[in-house]
Amino acid sequence: MIEVEGVAKSFTLHNQGGAVIAVLEGAGLRVAPGECVALTGASGCGKSTLMRMIYGNYLAERGSILVAGVEVAGAEPRVILALRRERLGYVSQFLRVVPRVPALEVVAEPCLAVGMGRDAAETRARALLTRLRIPETLWGLSPLTFSGGEQQRVNIARGFAHEYPAMLLDEPTASLDEANRDTVLELIGEAKGRGAAIVGIFHDRAVRARVADREVDVSCFAP
Amino acid sequence: MSEVPLLQVSGLSKSYGGRIGCAGVSFDLWPGEVLGVVGESGSGKTTLLNCLAGLLAPDAGRVVYDTRAGGPRDTLAMAEPERRMLMRTDWALVHQNPRDGLRMGVSAGANVGERLMAVGARHYGRIRGAALDWLERVEIAADRIDDRPSAFSSGMQQRLQIARNLVTGPRLVFMDEPTGGLDVSVQARLLDLIRGLVRELGLSAVIVTHDLAVVRLLAGRLLVMKEGYVIEAGLTDQVLDDPQHPYTQLLVSSVLQV
Repeated sequence: MIEVEGVAKSFTLHNQGGAVIAVLEGAGLRVAPGECVALTGASGCGKSTLMRMIYGNYLAERGSILVAGVEVAGAEPRVILALRRERLGYVSQFLRVVPRVPALEVVAEPCLAVGMGRDAAETRARALLTRLRIPETLWGLSPLTFSGGEQQRVNIARGFAHEYPAMLLDEPTASLDEANRDTVLELIGEAKGRGAAIVGIFHDRAVRARVADREVDVSCFAP
Repeated sequence: MSEVPLLQVSGLSKSYGGRIGCAGVSFDLWPGEVLGVVGESGSGKTTLLNCLAGLLAPDAGRVVYDTRAGGPRDTLAMAEPERRMLMRTDWALVHQNPRDGLRMGVSAGANVGERLMAVGARHYGRIRGAALDWLERVEIAADRIDDRPSAFSSGMQQRLQIARNLVTGPRLVFMDEPTGGLDVSVQARLLDLIRGLVRELGLSAVIVTHDLAVVRLLAGRLLVMKEGYVIEAGLTDQVLDDPQHPYTQLLVSSVLQV
């Protein structure tokens, strides 16, 4: 479902004296449906970078990135946008808040985007928000004023709203208490159960042990 | 996915005497895509928009539009009446200054209704009904339908301009700095409106702006222009998060984070 091969990435900072930061060389991994692969390695070794490249958010300098049979590296924007809408989900570390959009709408959006009716999308959103213990009184408010943990839970709800065959999770349990962490692990388990291929970054070893089937040490891809 | 791009632009160039307006701009726009064009003053983005929308005759290049009835047609080679019809039906242009896109001397309702009349609508009741419907969608109170736009705030005028433009059900909308000159809170509300309408109506759009936050919010794709040339293009979040060209990197790093 996810196949990364021979991927390289470096950043050239033109406005800072042309400094080149080489991050990855010869990076590769494969994730089958129903598998969860954890990216490990010291902070700064390129875990999030690799994840963003799979999502198409960062350009791949070299190599191939196949998601659900679609080549992401060098793909046209509309191909990547369609892939993200239907088949590739991404829970980033931080919720990018669009002011004035209520939490319920934030979570329902991915469902609406794939053509689910409004009622069905909102029902699904409500169920996820409830599961992640976001009080109903907050559903009509923009997450702009929520706590970090609450924002992250809205982010997670949104990430799991549509059943993506491939998912990228960047520190999904970072700001969460134990109860909510367990809920997220349940959600991940359920996604695996329905055949989703998952790539995750989990700093917490215990969390990793519970959900990851394999680990890939990204520091092995240091140039 | 559609087989034919909605708009195919190739080698579009326009100079003002010795000065380059825009040079060699080429891109395809597909149905449902929103393309942002960013750049600073003098980048050529407005020249580009004006050439695309038929307000300015370019020196070179083609703008091929996939018409509903006749398939892909070169709009620059079209006869004037045909192009004007296109501008009234399939296309729309939202000006930065709403006064440039409204008739200040007639009521708000008439501003919206006359667009329908221009494409053949005749039934007064239905025209007024459509006008009321659109005023509601752009959040203008129904009791303002008979007021002149001169009595509206600039934010309301801009929303009225949008209603006037969208009532004919265009497929492609050109916008020039749609939130320029508006107060921040007014801008925000307008962006929400545009975002909602674009999704709901499945519109394709080309939005020219200097504001990176606007493109982040509205556009899936981005062209970055500098001194008339497109220096970088791609997925909006990729160009903003992983800029390759030195100028793009400069632009992105210059934006203040709130």
